[in-house]
Amino acid sequence: MTIEIFLQHLLNGLTLGSLYALIAIGYTMVYGILRLINFAHSEIFMLGAYFVFWGVTLFHLPWPLALVAAVAAVALVGVLVDRVAYRPLRDAPRISALISAIGVSFFLQNVAIVLFKAIPREVYRPEWLENPMIMGGVRVLPLTLFVPVLSLLLMLGLMYIVYHTKPGLGMRAISKDIETSALMGVPVNSIIALTFGLGSALAAASGIMWALRYPQLQPIMGVIPGFKAFIAAVFGGIGSIPGAVIGGLVLGFLEILIVAFFPDLAGYRDAFAFVLLIVVLLVKPTGLLGARPEEKV
Amino acid sequence: MKRCFLLAVVLAVFGMAAPSFAADTVRIGVYLPLTGQNAFGGQLELEGVQMAHEEVGEVLGKKVELFVVDNKSDKVEAANAVKRLIDKENVQAIIGTYGSSLAMAGGEVAEKAGVPQVGTSCTNPLVTQGKKHIFRVCFIDPFQGAGAATYAIKDLGFKKAALLVDVANDYSVGLASFFKRSFVKQGGEVVAVLNYQSGDQDFTAQLQQIISKKPDVLFIPSYFAEGAIIMKQAKELGATFKIMGGDAMDNPEIVSIGGSAVEGFMHTTFPYDPSMPDMNPVAQKFTENWKKKHPDKDPNVNAALGYDAYMIIIDAIKRAGSAEPAKISAALADTKGFVGVTGVTTINETHDAEKPVGIVVIKDGKKTYVGSIQPEL
Repeated sequence: MTIEIFLQHLLNGLTLGSLYALIAIGYTMVYGILRLINFAHSEIFMLGAYFVFWGVTLFHLPWPLALVAAVAAVALVGVLVDRVAYRPLRDAPRISALISAIGVSFFLQNVAIVLFKAIPREVYRPEWLENPMIMGGVRVLPLTLFVPVLSLLLMLGLMYIVYHTKPGLGMRAISKDIETSALMGVPVNSIIALTFGLGSALAAASGIMWALRYPQLQPIMGVIPGFKAFIAAVFGGIGSIPGAVIGGLVLGFLEILIVAFFPDLAGYRDAFAFVLLIVVLLVKPTGLLGARPEEKV
Repeated sequence: MKRCFLLAVVLAVFGMAAPSFAADTVRIGVYLPLTGQNAFGGQLELEGVQMAHEEVGEVLGKKVELFVVDNKSDKVEAANAVKRLIDKENVQAIIGTYGSSLAMAGGEVAEKAGVPQVGTSCTNPLVTQGKKHIFRVCFIDPFQGAGAATYAIKDLGFKKAALLVDVANDYSVGLASFFKRSFVKQGGEVVAVLNYQSGDQDFTAQLQQIISKKPDVLFIPSYFAEGAIIMKQAKELGATFKIMGGDAMDNPEIVSIGGSAVEGFMHTTFPYDPSMPDMNPVAQKFTENWKKKHPDKDPNVNAALGYDAYMIIIDAIKRAGSAEPAKISAALADTKGFVGVTGVTTINETHDAEKPVGIVVIKDGKKTYVGSIQPEL
């Protein structure tokens, strides 16, 4: 393997990994605050990509405006999902909300199949994103540079919100003890709605980025990336935002390098990701940066 | 008045349905999906059969009678249709059907009764597997792999090939193994075989590996959903090799999704298209007659396969010198070099058609039929 090819593999891994990281941040944020694995995240991700497609093709919005509109619309969908499917289950055992999340995931997927049709659709990409730059024999897509930076910025922004703002204080309070928070005057339902809004906006952003990198829309496009990002979040320590970024990057690099060094095993790429999940759960269930689960009295 | 009309209808139906046991006609049954989800293909195939019947209405000095039953795109209906054709209409041979699962359901019945069945466009290898009386005029899916390999070596002069295979998909694995065998047998070298799984969206690692092996051509026997993004990613990674695929890539959306990345992409398909340049005389005559009969629509490969299915049975009856089902089966199994609309057909030991494979290339954003090729297995 020449050095150029190795570098190219690394770059491909960086793009894939930072996309996983972007999706994983959304998973981990909702989990960190509500202890709920929002399996509908991968469908919210898919909606983000479709909404941009509609904005551009149906409403003829300029692309940047379509992006903003899509993120906002998807955030609303997220809040709505919380209101309809999770809020009535707030006092129910945690497993009920998890099952409800799986239900929402299937529901949105099938609605998308009926409404958008299963046929793959094209993705609009601005020209400056299409053409790779060639640097020392390595082809660098503008997106390759853009996505990691965006992931990092969103990570910092989220950490700012969670640790340095009043709603963030509410989120942290809720994550510790939801009932006491309510007694102390934290507007629990609005804070949770905000959490879902933010989480869904993140999912939309990652769906849009994913569609720019892998330009094809399908109702089931969120499933595999969603699983992978979930693995990344668990690997990094679910609930930890920096952990999600590290987990995503590690998974992205691993997937690419396994194929690079063991081409014969390329068909088992997905299996490796799931093996990683099982190993992490067996050896270090809290992941790389996850906090020890506090015992609730 | 109304009663008279009803009576007339009842009489007419009885008159038609009453089996005539006279041995002075040859009775051929047709079961196709004329309603339901496959109706589009089934209707065209029926029109192809009917056109052939109009052209050749007699064999061994006897009139040929057609009995048409709709299988409604349903497996149970397909089995019933064949049962009815055999028990009630006493047919000596059966044409059908569009759709592999329908052909399998009907085929079970025909096989038990010992009546030969000739499939039109059922391409799954299982349709004829282990059957004595079941045949088809189309090739099986994986056969196209050999067509792509032969075209790559003979017409394009390529020496080194790479494959990117969906290991979770029978169609893909089948085409890949036929491609590999044929390409190597003809002196080519397979420099890389990389796998992926249905639903994957990132192919950069596999493609990078393939690029580093510098093949002349990459064969991707994938479905349309993956194929278009594989090509996009290959272009972004700076791949310069040609890319080929199978008929699963035959979809009008491919250009809108793949954009400039699919320019020059080639895929195999059935060997008939009204715009094909190297038509044989049978295909020419078929195309002309079709346009006379149906000025409003173009013929397509389904119509052509329907036509060929009828003609290959007539050919078998002629060679057998008899219209007894068992003798027709034996003659069908012996079919060699039968010239039909879809090229020169030989029935092989698995009762599948070996015939030319069509090649389509995406040129200036449009599908263009460039020619047919006889695959080297």
